[in-house]
Amino acid sequence: MANYTLRINGELRQVDADPDTPMLWVLRDHINLVGTKFGCGVGQCGACTIHLGDVAVRSCSVPVSSVGDQQVTTIEGLSSDGSHPLQQAWIEHDVPQCGYCQAGQIMNAAALLKQNPDPSDSDIEQGMNGNICRCGTYVRIRAAIKTAAETSR
Amino acid sequence: MLAGGGFMLGFNWQAGATAVGLNEVPEDFYAINAFLKIAKDGTVTIMSPNPEIGQNVKTSMPMIVAEELDVSWDQVKVKQAGLDTEKYTRQLAGGSQSIRLGWKSLRMAGATARRMLIQAAANRWGTPVSELSTENGRIMHARTGRSVSYGDVAEDASALQIPEEVLLKDPADFKIIGTSRKNVDGSHIVQGKPLFGLDYKKEGMLTAMIVHPPAFGMKLKSIDDAAVRAMPGISDVVIINAKPEGFSGTWSDTNAFPELVAVVGETTWQVLKAKRALEIEWETTSPLENSEDHEKGMQEHIDAGEGAKDRVDGDTAAAFSSAAKIVESTYTAPLVPHNTMEPMNFFADVTAEKAELVGPIQTPENLRTTVSNLLGLPQDKVSVALTRMGGGFGRRLYGNFGVEAALISKAVQAPVKVVYTREDDMTQGTYRPAYKVKYRAALDEDNTLIAFEVKGTGIHGSPVFSNRYPAGTVDNYLAENLRMDSNISTGAWRAPRSNFIAGAEQAFLDEVAEAAGKDPIEFRLELFRRAMSNPVGDENDYDPARYAGVLELVRDKSNWGEEMPGVYRGVSAYYCHNSYVAQVVDLVVENNLPRVKKVWCAVDCGIVVNPDAALNQVEGGIVDGIGHAMYGALSFKDGAPEQNNFHSYRLIRNMEAPKEIETFFVDNGIDPTGLGEPSLPPISGALANAFAKATGKRLYTQPFTGIPDFFDIIPASG
Repeated sequence: MANYTLRINGELRQVDADPDTPMLWVLRDHINLVGTKFGCGVGQCGACTIHLGDVAVRSCSVPVSSVGDQQVTTIEGLSSDGSHPLQQAWIEHDVPQCGYCQAGQIMNAAALLKQNPDPSDSDIEQGMNGNICRCGTYVRIRAAIKTAAETSR
Repeated sequence: MLAGGGFMLGFNWQAGATAVGLNEVPEDFYAINAFLKIAKDGTVTIMSPNPEIGQNVKTSMPMIVAEELDVSWDQVKVKQAGLDTEKYTRQLAGGSQSIRLGWKSLRMAGATARRMLIQAAANRWGTPVSELSTENGRIMHARTGRSVSYGDVAEDASALQIPEEVLLKDPADFKIIGTSRKNVDGSHIVQGKPLFGLDYKKEGMLTAMIVHPPAFGMKLKSIDDAAVRAMPGISDVVIINAKPEGFSGTWSDTNAFPELVAVVGETTWQVLKAKRALEIEWETTSPLENSEDHEKGMQEHIDAGEGAKDRVDGDTAAAFSSAAKIVESTYTAPLVPHNTMEPMNFFADVTAEKAELVGPIQTPENLRTTVSNLLGLPQDKVSVALTRMGGGFGRRLYGNFGVEAALISKAVQAPVKVVYTREDDMTQGTYRPAYKVKYRAALDEDNTLIAFEVKGTGIHGSPVFSNRYPAGTVDNYLAENLRMDSNISTGAWRAPRSNFIAGAEQAFLDEVAEAAGKDPIEFRLELFRRAMSNPVGDENDYDPARYAGVLELVRDKSNWGEEMPGVYRGVSAYYCHNSYVAQVVDLVVENNLPRVKKVWCAVDCGIVVNPDAALNQVEGGIVDGIGHAMYGALSFKDGAPEQNNFHSYRLIRNMEAPKEIETFFVDNGIDPTGLGEPSLPPISGALANAFAKATGKRLYTQPFTGIPDFFDIIPASG
């Protein structure tokens, strides 16, 4: 066990955890931020996507000991009230079916739009290819990202 | 009466009213019923009884109640009901039947409440009920200009007798049904609020993980847990058995690994590390199977097996001997896991007196029965609360994970949440069966279909529906079914049997149409016309007119027959879950890979309750169907699955999904039928048929990308 001071969604949080504990489980078990989802545990599905700084990472594959003082943003911190353009666009396009992967999709899309505010169809497909949606809402995910890119302009 | 005032109304969710118009209210109205309640401020709370797995019934079922209640949708709050067999029946997510079987009684529920509210206003004003009307949660008396809100008369209404009969709306007057309403959980989903089983927490709760045998055909021999017990955060290691001697469960207790090791501790990561550190010896108790064995066994069935002749029309042997042309093909698909994005999990808190269960399950009633039997607790001491589910696809019909949570909680005398890793989930079993089916068709000199044979087998059962199309369209027809045994468990997987047989059948019919020199849509329509004018047999379980209807609709909408350079088209049509779907796939080649440019889809599922959400379901089924046909395969070596996570098991991803899907619903006013499953089955046929157009090669084996020369036969990008 070691003690870590993490910067999560703009707040400092103290956590006692083994150094190899993935951020996914630190968030879900230690800090009770359960919006970040467990899907595969091996960085293949994207359900656990969070931001370190402005970069989307798979939190299942990021040990708590590697985070240091980087800003961690989770779905709960993307906006305080669901007002982020992507969250709004997701509702406008009624994207979710089961909804389980969508927080990860939105977090990945948010990093994509930060990097590339005006993505082409192909940029969106490629940028979102690491996030699996088992319900198959990909067509709507693409449309919602387009809409969010437009409203963010 | 509810505390704080309000109107609690019970109703029979599945009561069998028969027609629009006057409907008898069942006598057991209060006794067996679900409820809606109306607060003083007019807010209406509607309970959604059925499990929500992404099929969106938590929005669409309450919409039906709200319609007949005649309130505006923004007055409505929806709550998920837990298991309550006193109030509801068929609290099950499966077979695409929630809306179809709930339709009449959901309407009755709203209409009865509306009638009682009107009566309360009539009593207050001393006016006849017939002079009152309702709109958006208000009752109006036109003659005097008076009006009152539902909230104001709710308390009075709750004291009234249940009416003997109620009037249901004319569908032409629907204001909510047929309009698109957003997912009632949408805002919570996009903000990452706790909704799912894995998100559930309770004070003092421990985390448990299971270890099941590494191969089908193995069981636990011995375990050395000394080191693990000493690991930080670990409180216990227990062995549980979900099928003790003499226990016979229900169909949903399908489970290849009833005896498990469970590690219990504080945090998920601590338990996961401990689970990996366990030293367990397994022993082999039945043959360890390989995928090659399955393939060989199924091929032997097809070549030489004597199956049950489940339907025989005319004499196919005689017809084949006089045929001008014979077409013959065999189609195969592997075992596939469900892979819900949310791995299996469940919460249980078991004490000597009661068991409290919370989690994602499609069959809560079966879970309660099994837990009650295993724990020796009366049913009314076992509660099951439903969380939103991160996908179902049939996997959560089989509630072993819930049973495991209960057994572990009992063993460690603490509340526990069982959490499967992805590897546990993918290698646990209850897969979509592996299937093989052989078709033969005979054409006469005029290229008319004169005989059709289908022979199917699969692990634990054949995929063939003996009375479905093309049965009924041809004088000589034979359906023969075999079943292969295995120690690998199989079960329902989105659109069971149809998920394979539709694509096989529709790919085969394309070959037959080609052999007949006919347009594939026109060829299919000819058969439907035959079934409409002069059907063969009287057990055909489809309506040929509705079948033909979707095919004609997709033909017209897609401008079928139009030649587009570089676009290869395939068609299919299928009936399942009481609904009809026809699809056209436009395939292109990009970067030397096939890519679905567009899917055109026509659906006849009767009245569409929530159109945009219905489109979403259809789109999802299409993507799911393409994904599994292209990539899905779980292979076995020595009884063990060779894939156990998404690095080795391929699910369809964003870049592989169709660029565009356009769906058209038939507007026929028929009571709603299934929609969660029907768009999936035919798409693999349309895709294979488009691929054949592009390459001249037919795809007989799923996954298509596993066919050795699949990538060699993709034409160069145009």
